[in-house]
Amino acid sequence: MSTYRDIAREGLWTNNPGLVQLLGLCPLLAVTGTTINGLGLGIATTIVLIGSNLAVSFIRHAVHPEIRIPVFVMIIASLVTAVELAMNAFFHDLYRVLGIFIPLIVTNCTIIGRAEAFASRNPVPRAFVDGLAMGLGFTAVLVVLGAMRELLGQGTLLAGAEMMFGAAVDLTLQPIPAYDGLLLAVLPPGAFIGLGLLVAAKNWIDARQQRASASSAKEARA
Amino acid sequence: MSAQQSRLIRSMAIAAVLLAAFAMVGGGLVALTEQMTRDRIAENERRARLASLQEILPADHYDNDLVSDTVELADGTGLSLDTPVMVHRAFEDGEPVAAIFPVVAPDGYGGPIHMLMGVRVDGRLAGVRVTRHSETPGLGDPIEVRRSDWIHDFEGRSLGEEPEKKWQVQADGGEFDQFTGATITPRAVVRAVRRGLVYFEANRQLIFPETAEETSSSR
Repeated sequence: MSTYRDIAREGLWTNNPGLVQLLGLCPLLAVTGTTINGLGLGIATTIVLIGSNLAVSFIRHAVHPEIRIPVFVMIIASLVTAVELAMNAFFHDLYRVLGIFIPLIVTNCTIIGRAEAFASRNPVPRAFVDGLAMGLGFTAVLVVLGAMRELLGQGTLLAGAEMMFGAAVDLTLQPIPAYDGLLLAVLPPGAFIGLGLLVAAKNWIDARQQRASASSAKEARA
Repeated sequence: MSAQQSRLIRSMAIAAVLLAAFAMVGGGLVALTEQMTRDRIAENERRARLASLQEILPADHYDNDLVSDTVELADGTGLSLDTPVMVHRAFEDGEPVAAIFPVVAPDGYGGPIHMLMGVRVDGRLAGVRVTRHSETPGLGDPIEVRRSDWIHDFEGRSLGEEPEKKWQVQADGGEFDQFTGATITPRAVVRAVRRGLVYFEANRQLIFPETAEETSSSR
C-alpha cells in the first residue's frame, strides 16, 4: 500500500490533475487571466475536493456500487453549492469575478474522478491527503498559469489581491513598468499555449530526471 | 414470488432509501449554509450596488437611500432593454438631484455593452460606467474606468443642440475620442448614452412625478 508521501507526490507532481490527467481544463483555461483569480478558484476547488473525498471515503462501505455515482454527484453538488454561498458571503468581489466558474466546479472531472478512483477505495485519512494533494496540485497549475498570463498580458503580478485579503492589502507588483501588454496572453489562445508550455516543461523535467537516474545506475554497475 | 425476486426488490428498496437519505443530507447542508449566509449576501449585494451607484453620483451629492429609492418603468426599449427599467433616484433635502439607470449598447464589437448612467435633473450627465461587456481586451476595454479615463469625458455633458451631430465619435464627425484600433466600441457607447439622455427627457415625469406635480400646480 502506498505511503502518504506517495499519495502527496501523485497529486502534486506524477499524476497532477492539471498537467498529467488534464482534467478540469475548462476552469483551468478560463479563469487564469490573473494570479489571484487562479488562486481563488484553486482554493475553492481544493475545499470541494477535500470535502468530497472525506464524505465519499466515509460512506464507502454503506453505498452499493449501483448507486455510487448518483450519490457522489449529490455530495459534490451540495458541497459546491455550500462553497459558492460561502464565497458570495465572505469574498464577494472574487465571487463576482469568478462568476459561473464556481458553480461549474461541479463539472470538474478531477473531483468525481478522485471520488471514484481513490476515495471510494481508501480509508478516510488517506482520502483526505489525496484530496489535499490533488487540490494543491491543481491550484499550483492555476496559479503558475495565471501568473504567466498576467505577467505577459498586463505586466503585473498579484493584481486584485484586495478581493481576497481585504481592501487594505494591495500586493500588486509591476515587474515591467509601462508595459503595453500582450493581447495573446490575455485571450483564450494564451491559456492553451501557456498550458501546453507547462505540460512540456513538466515532461522535460521528468525526462531529464529519468536520464540522470539511468546514467547513475549505469555508473554504479560499471 | 421467488427468493431471487424478493432479494432484488429488497436491494432496490435499500438503494432508494440510501439515495433519499443522501439527498436529504445534501439538501440539509445547502439549506443550512444558505440560512447562515443569507443576510451577509444580501448586505454584500446592497453594498456592491451602492458602490456602483456612488461611482456615478458621489455620496455627498444626495441624502436619501439611493439603493432602495427606485421607480420601475415598464418600457425599456429606448434603452435597448427588454425588461422593465429600475431607475434609482437621488434626492437632497427632498429635491430631486439625479436619476441613475441602466442602458445597453446592443451594437458593441463583441456583443451588448451594459452600462449604468446617471443624469442630473438639469439634463447633464453625472457619469457613465460600463458594468458588463465582452469587447476585445486591450482594444475595446478602455471603456472600463480602470483601464482609461475615456468614460469620464461624458461627465457634465448634455444633449444640447444638434445632438444627432455632436453625439458621435470623431470618426463620424462628432465630439468624442475613439481609441486606437477601436471605433466600433466607443461609437456604440456614445450612441447608447445619447439614447439614454433622450430616454430620460422623455420619461422625466414618470421618474420624478413629485416635481411634475409642483410645476403643473405652479403654472
